[in-house]
Amino acid sequence: MQEQLNEIKAKALSLISAGDTPEKLNEIKVSILGKKGELTAIMKSLKDVAPEERPKVGQMINDARAEIEKNLEEATARLQAQLRDAKLKAEVIDVTLPSKKPVIGHRHPNSIALEEVERIFIGLGYEVCEGPEIEKDYYNFEALNIPADHPAKDEQDTFYINADMLLRTQTSSTQIHAMENDKPPIRILAPGRVFRADEVDATHSPSFHQIEGLVVDKNITFADLKGTLAEFAKELFGEDTKVKFRPHHFPFTEPSAEMDVSCFKCGGKGCRFCKGSGWIEILGCGMVHPRVLEKCDIDPKEYTGFAFGVGLERIALLKYEIDDMRLLYENDVRFLNQF
Amino acid sequence: MNTALSWIKAYVPELECTDQEYTDAMTLTGTKVEGFERLDKNLKDIYVGKILSIEKHPDADKLIVCQVDLGDKQLQIVTGAPNVKVGDKVPVVIDGGKVAGGHDGGPLPEDGIEIKNGKLRGVESFGMMCSIEELGSDRNFYPEAPEYGIYIFPEDTPVGADAIEVLGLHDTVFEYEITSNRVDCYSVLGIAREAAATFKKPFVPPVVNVKGNGEDVNNYVSIEIEDKDLCPRYCGRVVKNIKFGPSPEWMQRRLAKSGIRPINNLVDITNYVMEEYGQPMHAFDLSTIHGGKIIVKRAEDGARFVTLDGQERTLDKDILMINDAEGPVAIAGIMGGENSMITENVTTVLFESAAFNGANIRKSAKRLGLRTDASGKFEKGVDPRNALDAINRACALVEELGCGEVVDGVVDAKAPLKELRTIPFEPERINAMLGTDVSVDEMMTIFDRLELKYDKETNLLTIPSFRQDLEGFCDIAEEVARFYGYDKIPVTLPAGGNAGGLSYKLRIEQKCRDIAEYCGFSQGMTYSFESPKVFDKLLLAADATERNAITISNPLGEDFSIMRTLPLNGMLTSLSTNFNRRNKNVRLYELANIYIPKELPLVDYPDERMQLTFGFYGDGDFFTMKGVVETLLSGLGAKKREEYDPASGKPFLHPGRQANIIYDGEVIGYLGEVHPAVCDNYDIKTRVYVAVLDMPKILPVTSYDRKFEGIAKFPAVTRDISMVVPRTVLAGQIEKILSQRGGKILEKFELFDIYEGEQIDKDHKSMAYALSFRDKTKTLQDEDVNAAMKKIMNGLESLGIELRK
Repeated sequence: MQEQLNEIKAKALSLISAGDTPEKLNEIKVSILGKKGELTAIMKSLKDVAPEERPKVGQMINDARAEIEKNLEEATARLQAQLRDAKLKAEVIDVTLPSKKPVIGHRHPNSIALEEVERIFIGLGYEVCEGPEIEKDYYNFEALNIPADHPAKDEQDTFYINADMLLRTQTSSTQIHAMENDKPPIRILAPGRVFRADEVDATHSPSFHQIEGLVVDKNITFADLKGTLAEFAKELFGEDTKVKFRPHHFPFTEPSAEMDVSCFKCGGKGCRFCKGSGWIEILGCGMVHPRVLEKCDIDPKEYTGFAFGVGLERIALLKYEIDDMRLLYENDVRFLNQF
Repeated sequence: MNTALSWIKAYVPELECTDQEYTDAMTLTGTKVEGFERLDKNLKDIYVGKILSIEKHPDADKLIVCQVDLGDKQLQIVTGAPNVKVGDKVPVVIDGGKVAGGHDGGPLPEDGIEIKNGKLRGVESFGMMCSIEELGSDRNFYPEAPEYGIYIFPEDTPVGADAIEVLGLHDTVFEYEITSNRVDCYSVLGIAREAAATFKKPFVPPVVNVKGNGEDVNNYVSIEIEDKDLCPRYCGRVVKNIKFGPSPEWMQRRLAKSGIRPINNLVDITNYVMEEYGQPMHAFDLSTIHGGKIIVKRAEDGARFVTLDGQERTLDKDILMINDAEGPVAIAGIMGGENSMITENVTTVLFESAAFNGANIRKSAKRLGLRTDASGKFEKGVDPRNALDAINRACALVEELGCGEVVDGVVDAKAPLKELRTIPFEPERINAMLGTDVSVDEMMTIFDRLELKYDKETNLLTIPSFRQDLEGFCDIAEEVARFYGYDKIPVTLPAGGNAGGLSYKLRIEQKCRDIAEYCGFSQGMTYSFESPKVFDKLLLAADATERNAITISNPLGEDFSIMRTLPLNGMLTSLSTNFNRRNKNVRLYELANIYIPKELPLVDYPDERMQLTFGFYGDGDFFTMKGVVETLLSGLGAKKREEYDPASGKPFLHPGRQANIIYDGEVIGYLGEVHPAVCDNYDIKTRVYVAVLDMPKILPVTSYDRKFEGIAKFPAVTRDISMVVPRTVLAGQIEKILSQRGGKILEKFELFDIYEGEQIDKDHKSMAYALSFRDKTKTLQDEDVNAAMKKIMNGLESLGIELRK
């Protein structure tokens, strides 16, 4: 019996090693281990074995079965692996062929820059809000300490609707709305469209965007203004960015300043980009003029504040190295697709 | 404002700094230096040489060979210049030296021109004699230079001297950006005062002393101001026996470096005082002033007047005029009259130094279309106290230059001068606002340099009249800040504060941008103003409400003259730009306001309505755009199903391919294919689809609220219905019945077939829907579904729909 068993086992193992398709292996499995298989037949004949021999013989049969099964499994796995390898080989593709891109639209560089600026100031606790684009003379000028005969009114080349209504020339008008609608503490950022009577060229547009910032509270200092804007510059242009504040004049802030940032192209050494100075003018700012606070019924002896205004297009042009402002309003997709 | 540093140094004698140091320091105290130009940048090794002999060049008719004495050496120089003669003293650049430009006076090369020894037609030349052009200037600024040829120095110029020095070219011209509040800095003295304070050096203004001829000015002229609101002060002085001649070199050089061409001593003096004091002056020929009388008053409406440029001007009653006993002789602050102008025959001159109302001058100059150097200065608002100082300075210069005989006394007509302003000194408040700890002593030092006088008794600072910009506490704080140093002020962040964020409207707009871009649309931006012709291009009827647009009274041109009432022009223009540049499959969106007046003419804020506009051409059709609209609305959290009404009546859209978008019974926008005639108007030769969503209507239906409804556990039952539908019935009507009658168990439905054609009569179409029923709580039974189907069928029958057999 043992011989018979060895014979079956040897036959099975040789068949298995020769089996080169899953079907053949399955046939082997059926013919040896199946209901009518050879090994099964031997198992059935166990009853003819002397009872004292049975456990030993039974054990032998089981061992043989286990070995055959193990070999079968291994052969199957091997075969499947071979088949998969063959399939993978057949499926080789040229990975350098062109990709299939999902068609996704592109955001306008102005919006990208604005969202960057908003992100920074939201992080500093600013509420982002808006004001009207068609504005009353009072909010655009008078409340901002620019009285009727002030030369700044001419300088800004305002588009008028009539004597009282105009297209706002600056987002600073939202300062007044904010202070009228809310009492301190105020901390707002107000982006929006502004309009000035400039002919269209590479650096001018009669319609552009500004971002206004306003903080009014007790104990707000010029040092706070410097700290806030230095933080902003670093966030926007990189950790190594240095800032410089120069005295300047705006009717609605006093003291006033212009802020330059160290040129982010040359790091301040001087290049064509910064016209050799190492610095780039970025924004105007200052402490809210007491007269402006008074106009909004805020006591300048109790409260102080600072305000700043950034030209959005200026940021976008600088940051993305766009050399002609007209591109921003043409909407040629070959331009937009680059953002 | 351009000024030579040497002129500033004349009043700040101890000032010593490099050009860059000066630039940086002045900019940091608020007198912004825009740039500077070193006049000797490309001049090197140029000396005064004396021509000892001149011989003809042996081989060239147009060349001469000169022996030139340079003091320490003698050089042979060959030149083609026609104007030199023996004994002339000329600028000579020697071997290795540099000049700024060529003799033709063309554009100056960036790095100048280096001069080397060489041979001209075989004769050795050890340098070059220079024309004024080669020295980087021209005859406008060095009028004594010959029209063509070598510059020749005065006879007393020392041989061997540094010619650059002699010509005053070791100097730098600075260009300043002066802010509109600092009227005083539109003058050399103003800038010098700032420079002195910046560098902490003494400020030494010119000492003015007029000797006079012993006569009384009141015997020559009287002055009367009728309109003191426009002229707070008018000073006059008389100069007799005018002797014209060139002004001295130092004056010519200073004027030239400020960009002012020297003319003659009299003109140069008025220009010089205008630069130095910032006070424009005018000179009349006194013999033309009838009655020796000056009257300052408003013009008469419609009066005509010939200015000294020979132009006739029409006046109005808001223009201030200088008159004599018979009539106008000058437009105040703007330009003199032809009738009183100085000619070469003048013997007695009346100097005018006045203060006029800046705003009035500005407006008058604008109305007359006549802006002059004088009006430019006046319109910024001059200091009435300065007028007297300036006229005295001019007269002192007249005496110094020997230009004439100054008559004693000033006719000084004026409104009472305003008292000097005082401002309380609040050091703690200044430090509190700046976030600094500047000592009172340091503040006092700063005030002292700025000529602000402090009175301990009253604790008041007295503001000098030239600082009209200092009005209150915060201005004083700025003075402290800029001389303490903006850079020394600490850097802190404001204390307190809440969490920031976008307003809800802005959050939704950001979401709109995200979804639009995800749908393949790129963001465009277009102008808010456009041409009224847009309405015709969009085929709007003559009485269309969209034509009620807000008009700009002073637009850049008709094309930018009205505020848009609908957003399509910008979109179609942008699509047209792309189409005509052969860009394929272009999809754009814009988020921007339209402006709807509540009444015209406008008295109050109009309705600024944010519009989300989509537009595309290329791949896709009406239903692509419809899909974008629906993706947007569901992405914004709208809970209900939108409906479409084809009776939207937009003339600019295809009459059979347009619809209003309706949400919860309200029109929230529209979409459609652009009318081919409109495409023609915009020069787009393909089909264009647009959708416009009115954001104020969208905003209330948006939501960030989401609720998980579970994943269905029980199986769905599907039923297909195939129908014969009258052609006029819309899918929307069928779907409305499905939704209304399907009950809660109708989970979804989908149109899977629509057919019109041979298989079916021409008044009908075949449509087939797949309906899917599901109960969330149990497995549906046939009878439940049958009941729902029956209700649906009844409804459909009412539309004349039959099941397809």
